[in-house]
Amino acid sequence: MECCDIKSVVDIDQDKTQLVIAGNPNVGKSIFFNYFTDTYVDISNYPGTTLEINSGKYHDMIVHDTPGVYGVSSFNDEERVARDVIISADMVINVVDALHLDRDLFLTQQMIDMDKPVIVALNMMDEAREKGLNIDVEKLSRELGVPVVPTVAINQTGFEELEKNLEKAKTGSTCLPENFTEQLNDLNTKTENIGESLLLIEGDEDIKDKYDLEVEEARDEIYRIRREKIDQIVNQVTQRESAETGFKDKLGEWLLRPLTGIPILLLILFAMYEFVGVFIAQTVVEFTEGKIFADIYEPFIRDTVGQILAPGSFISNLLVGEFGVLTMTVTYTFGLLLPLVFGFYLFLSLLEDSGFLPRIAALTDRVLSAVGLNGRAIIPMILGFGCVTMATITTRLLGSKRERIIAILLLGLTIPCSAQLGVIIGLIAPLGMEFFLIYFLTILAVYIISGTILNKILPGKSTDLLIDLPPIRLPGLKNIFKKSGIKSKMFIKEAGPIFVIGSGVVTVMKSTNFLEMLQQWLAPLVESWLQLPAEVSTAFVMGIIRRDFGAAGLTDIAMSPIQTTIALITITLFVPCIASMFIMIKERNWKEAAGIWVGSWITAFLVSGIVAQLF
Amino acid sequence: MTLAETKKGRKYQVNSVPEGIMKSQSIRFGIGEGAKIECSQKIPGGPIIVKKNFQEIAISRNLARKIAVEKGDL
Repeated sequence: MECCDIKSVVDIDQDKTQLVIAGNPNVGKSIFFNYFTDTYVDISNYPGTTLEINSGKYHDMIVHDTPGVYGVSSFNDEERVARDVIISADMVINVVDALHLDRDLFLTQQMIDMDKPVIVALNMMDEAREKGLNIDVEKLSRELGVPVVPTVAINQTGFEELEKNLEKAKTGSTCLPENFTEQLNDLNTKTENIGESLLLIEGDEDIKDKYDLEVEEARDEIYRIRREKIDQIVNQVTQRESAETGFKDKLGEWLLRPLTGIPILLLILFAMYEFVGVFIAQTVVEFTEGKIFADIYEPFIRDTVGQILAPGSFISNLLVGEFGVLTMTVTYTFGLLLPLVFGFYLFLSLLEDSGFLPRIAALTDRVLSAVGLNGRAIIPMILGFGCVTMATITTRLLGSKRERIIAILLLGLTIPCSAQLGVIIGLIAPLGMEFFLIYFLTILAVYIISGTILNKILPGKSTDLLIDLPPIRLPGLKNIFKKSGIKSKMFIKEAGPIFVIGSGVVTVMKSTNFLEMLQQWLAPLVESWLQLPAEVSTAFVMGIIRRDFGAAGLTDIAMSPIQTTIALITITLFVPCIASMFIMIKERNWKEAAGIWVGSWITAFLVSGIVAQLF
Repeated sequence: MTLAETKKGRKYQVNSVPEGIMKSQSIRFGIGEGAKIECSQKIPGGPIIVKKNFQEIAISRNLARKIAVEKGDL
């Protein structure tokens, strides 16, 4: 990936001082960012990631937010982005969680070693006091060699003090012994700054590629020295009094115990279904898709285009036809997907900021490792029930290529998206428990079997779970809404063009009678092998375009309960919608996407055929 | 013994962590070689939850089997 030149990504005035806000995940960086930039905020996407960098102005400085990281290097996307922003920083506000000094000060010390002027905002002082932790702030400042200001971000305590002392930010005392500092000074003539030189010695892959220099690497040694210094500092500046474990601590513990954790997880999933699957997918979407877009917007745009282009022509179909770029694509993207995606991100951010998500990841790690994933994959899996396209993009956070392939395939094959889920539940609920179980267990079996097979045949190894469990906290709603808004916007920006291409392809398929041919070819297979009415094949073919079209197409066909169940199994396992397919091509490549497409055809018909023969 | 064999509520000292990114990551979290930790929770068949001061880290069972520890002060 292109790297190390943040200036090409973020539109910045290079003559001005670059103030960077950095810190570990979940320490409240964004509150600081918002405080310092109340005017215009510029959000730029970082190429190849789902990450955005927020930039704004503070007096005559440019302020940048960074993704939360535990250190500066290139182990994952967050780190690459944060690294590039930190390297180009003139001054850093380092937000530190007072409760987690052991962990947070590692990054602080690394940035000090990078020769960056730093000021530390020692945040969450209230929580630290609550837990009986006393911190000698002055001593901490002396040891690090940089100013430290205690803060409580949620009510902006200490922010004025921080603002007043901003100019006092300075380069602190490095932990590196002389042999390394000499090496750094030598390297410095060949790189942009000491920061880059240090990362070279620490063996950062991207920086190594950038310079192509022979450098003796010593990451382990430097990390060890840094850790020793931090441990020493923490011992000297902190004092613990015993404190009682509160409700939040207990809740955190319950989440990790299967006996209590699994019921809580099910409860969360149920709440999510009620909120996203019922409230948003039905009530809200009925209004946005049905009223605003289908009733008001679409007739208007058809009229407008109709005045210029003759209806029925290919171009007119392409623009405002049944699957037109200006009709279906717009309605689909903004009327259906946007509310759903926003709702899902809202829920996910809530889980993230409350500290639930990492615990759910730990709890589900065992199950997911059976299919070659680790607990982190729970995020795309949950998102898949919202929109498989969105979830496929999110698989970028997984640690290895093989994990991404497994997750993308399982998402495409077995996870019904919310658009489809509503229709499926509507059809299967009246049939009774027995048929629901046939449906659910079949899909689950396909999930487990295909995941296990992939885990066996794909070369390499999946990464192990090693995550930090932040304390359970009451999340700030404002922050959650803001975060979800930004993420939804990014999704639309990324997926929007793909939906346009997708609808173009569908219009071409329709005008060449490709879909009808497919239906006719499919009908005998549906009748004899699946023992379903021939017209079901129409629904299946529509499922190629949009999965909910496929499921909805089944509602008007008279079928016995077992036939409905079989048809639903087929439509669930059937190929991902055309937008997901294009995202898969973009995220992986043509070959893998085609493999998943053909594989879904085979799996869907093979599995539901077997069920049809059994019952 | 390995981290996977630890008992809930007991204290240990980390002796070795496998080379690579995991090693760097564990040093950042403060649970690298030499660190004094507590096994605060074991998810059956799943990750081990390790505690150091107020810091809690989840480590997959697979990785825990490769981390050598010894009993710490009781």
